[in-house]
Amino acid sequence: MTALVQATDLAKTFDVSAPWLNRVLEGKPRQLLHAVDGVSFEIEKGKTLALVGESGCGKSTVARLLVGLYEPTRGGLTFDNQDAHAAFKTPEGRVLRRRIQMIFQDPYASLNPRWIVEDIVGEPLKEHGIITDKAQLKARVGELLVSVGLSALDMVKYPHQFSGGQRQRISIARALATEPEFLVCDEPTSALDVSVQAQVLNIMKDLQRDRGLTYLFISHNLAVVRHVSDDVGVMYLGRLVELAPKHALFANPRHPYTRMLLDAIPKMHDTGKARTPVQGEVPNPLNPPSGCAFNPRCPHATERCRVERPQLKDFGGVRVACHAVEEGVI
Amino acid sequence: MSLLQVNNLVVEFPNRRGTLRALDDISFAIAPGEILGVVGESGAGKSLTGASIVGLLEPPGRVASGQILLEGRRIDNLPYEEMRHIRGRQIGAIFQDPLTSLNPLYTIGRQLIETIQTHLPVNASEARKRAISLLEDTGIPAAAERIEHYPHQFSGGMRQRVVIALALAAEPKLIVADEPTTALDVSIQAQIITLLQRICKDRGAAVMLITHDMGVIAETCDRVAVMYAGRIAEIGPVHEVINKAAHPYTAGLMAAIPDMSIDRERLNQIDGAMPRLNAIPPGCAYNPRCPKAFDRCSKERPDLLAAGATRAACWLHEAGGSV
Repeated sequence: MTALVQATDLAKTFDVSAPWLNRVLEGKPRQLLHAVDGVSFEIEKGKTLALVGESGCGKSTVARLLVGLYEPTRGGLTFDNQDAHAAFKTPEGRVLRRRIQMIFQDPYASLNPRWIVEDIVGEPLKEHGIITDKAQLKARVGELLVSVGLSALDMVKYPHQFSGGQRQRISIARALATEPEFLVCDEPTSALDVSVQAQVLNIMKDLQRDRGLTYLFISHNLAVVRHVSDDVGVMYLGRLVELAPKHALFANPRHPYTRMLLDAIPKMHDTGKARTPVQGEVPNPLNPPSGCAFNPRCPHATERCRVERPQLKDFGGVRVACHAVEEGVI
Repeated sequence: MSLLQVNNLVVEFPNRRGTLRALDDISFAIAPGEILGVVGESGAGKSLTGASIVGLLEPPGRVASGQILLEGRRIDNLPYEEMRHIRGRQIGAIFQDPLTSLNPLYTIGRQLIETIQTHLPVNASEARKRAISLLEDTGIPAAAERIEHYPHQFSGGMRQRVVIALALAAEPKLIVADEPTTALDVSIQAQIITLLQRICKDRGAAVMLITHDMGVIAETCDRVAVMYAGRIAEIGPVHEVINKAAHPYTAGLMAAIPDMSIDRERLNQIDGAMPRLNAIPPGCAYNPRCPKAFDRCSKERPDLLAAGATRAACWLHEAGGSV
């Protein structure tokens, strides 16, 4: 079976150089930020791939590349066997955009405060010319709101009249309006309280079961990722360091960075037990370490790790980019 | 004797349409050297409790009744200048966002030295020495050089270490830490929590740790208070509260957190949302969402009742019963 979504060597570089005049007068160099540097993965229909990693590792840039908000510097994205980024530019690309939608992190910023819910949820329907008749539009928006656990009567309200969890449901309803097959969710619950987070995660799971949706789920919370995902990709400084089925990753993490992340999670039921804190911080992405980007923090780093960058290789269904794993050291 | 004693604290916000009661009859105590966690959802009143203790309630908020006692002395009704002296000298404060707690225009050294000299009778060179040793204690490498740097030259985790150093500058007996790790990544979070624990143990300082992260509470605190709609729903030893929650709200909250060790198809969800301050239901504020609510819950408001090793504000425990 071929995957619905396939990213191949996806990369995005941002030019963060000083302005031209400063470069000429002060001799400042050109500076490139490799936000995403060669990421490949595939997601099968109806499955969830979760991306985890610390701030600044490029998770959100991947999300934006997948929905076409950014143009990739290198590599490409295949959606349902067609080149997505080439298609986005053509008039027919509108159909493709309809099939890929996004849910954003902050439900306070992603809804227009001056629009009522009917306009917010109905906009994609109008924009894509799916429904033009006013009465039909109202009926459809009502259906969508009911499907995310709100009431059809809520459509006359403004976003400020809802709580955070309800707002996130509105943005899910908006994303579902065009009946997409693939949803890119960028930290959809990290702005929410835990009891509300549970409501939103349950709705997302129900929708996936009922409609066969495919998700890319971005989060820094490993417990949430464990709950929602089928496969997990761990990112560090713009690259995937481990990509594995959920159970394999949590039961037997291979990459030292994955192990470190798992060790850093507080364990709820062993009260009073201290975590093993990891030393060091994520390096500046403008000036990443040579070789493996994780080598300054890695307990297994050798000379080879400082020189040669490890490639993502398959070890029995688990893909890991680590020299130590490859050499059988860990 | 307890270090901090809060008795029947009520905080109100008067506005055009009446008075909103944001904290309603809160009582708890912290012993010297103890770490008390305060947990709850947004708007439960956690931060407001912390702000009342450090005397930084934003007007028009005011302490309407009740008392806050530090070592037996009332501090909630002190004049501004006197409170300013207690804050910093006897109570240190750490806030969520380390970037907004530091002045971006001054080097961290200048900020530390100023704080030390405000509270302790030392000269400039002693204060500087002290500042460097504080930075070393909080795990900042090359402290003697870093002291000349500005806040923007530090990463998030390092900045929070500077804020902790500032809070500790005058050796306070109590530290109020309001979401000190919320803005940080999980690997940095572990470093900061370990640091906070170690430093408080070394110096015998008590900590009031305000957070919404139950995991942080579980590993750090001795006791925990769970807040809901401006009241304490349950308070007790952290192990008991997490594993044998006595209040239905605590139990629901625990089950809603995705757990690394248990696989579940669906998370337990608490339907509805916490009531707004202007629409707190009569009786127990949790009763409309509570699966175990009965007649009395919507009529009479429960106070904290003994429930096993903890105390819970729930009528189920009136006869010593269990949930």
